[in-house]
Amino acid sequence: MHEERKNFKSLFGFPLGIYFGIVLTKSRVISWFKIRKMFYFEEPDLYLIIGSAVAIGAISVFLIKRLQAKDIAGDTIEVLKKPFSKGLFFGGAIFGVGWFVTGTCPGPIFTQIGGGEWFALFTLAGALLGTYAYGLLQKRLPH
Amino acid sequence: MSLLEPWPWYVSGPLIGFTVPLLLILVGKPLGISSNLRHLLSCALPKTRIEYFAENDWRREFWNLLFAAGLVAGGFLAERFLTHVPTSFLPAHYHSMGGALILLGGGFLVGFGTRYGNGCTSGHAIMGLSNLTVTSLYATISFFGGGLLSAGTLRLWEHFFQ
Repeated sequence: MHEERKNFKSLFGFPLGIYFGIVLTKSRVISWFKIRKMFYFEEPDLYLIIGSAVAIGAISVFLIKRLQAKDIAGDTIEVLKKPFSKGLFFGGAIFGVGWFVTGTCPGPIFTQIGGGEWFALFTLAGALLGTYAYGLLQKRLPH
Repeated sequence: MSLLEPWPWYVSGPLIGFTVPLLLILVGKPLGISSNLRHLLSCALPKTRIEYFAENDWRREFWNLLFAAGLVAGGFLAERFLTHVPTSFLPAHYHSMGGALILLGGGFLVGFGTRYGNGCTSGHAIMGLSNLTVTSLYATISFFGGGLLSAGTLRLWEHFFQ
């Protein structure tokens, strides 16, 4: 029974992805031009979008923890914190360069492809190669 | 405001934020998209000896691959039914052989960097900061550090050589 419940919950990933993809598109977060304007401080939109998203997210997480809320299958919601690693700085900065160059972070890669931007397949291919390279080098990188 | 126009930040920002509680309540999982890159490779390479992929139980995170599939579908639906004018995703000069190489190289940095940094804009900047996680603050600062440094470098290059 419990395993069935878990599978049932996983299925909500799809409609929530659709929701997120539509919002990313309509907010223009998936546009290279918007990302350039953010990094050149030509437009405050992206900072305001991230800021207001975090505000809503933070209030929600606070309430979920305070109320010890359960998810729809009745399991207690655990909101784990990611562990510290030096990779946060090195990897984070490397991603920042890639974000500037491609104008895309991982979510928008998928949404651009769905929106008919076929050249985003090159971004996806690059991202998978980069992920593979990380897997190969993981043990030798400082963490 | 028409739904078909681009949505302003004060609509889209909060709607992005609501993804955090929706995922926690409906799926029981924190938002984070870049781990799908690892799951895709774990799924595609079942016989690999690379521990990073072999020791990753992607079936347990299947919800996230469904989320990524939803992102594709969402992009399609928004472009097909929710806009008058097609969105310009990438600049015209990226639609070339050189552009493909730029995207491939930049994509490499996105994949390598998000996995080394254990998260991207969704997992660290939105989810991690919503959870008041210091490590995610370090990561977010590093994202902008890398991006702003690139922006400054490109501006200097254009100033002196073009």
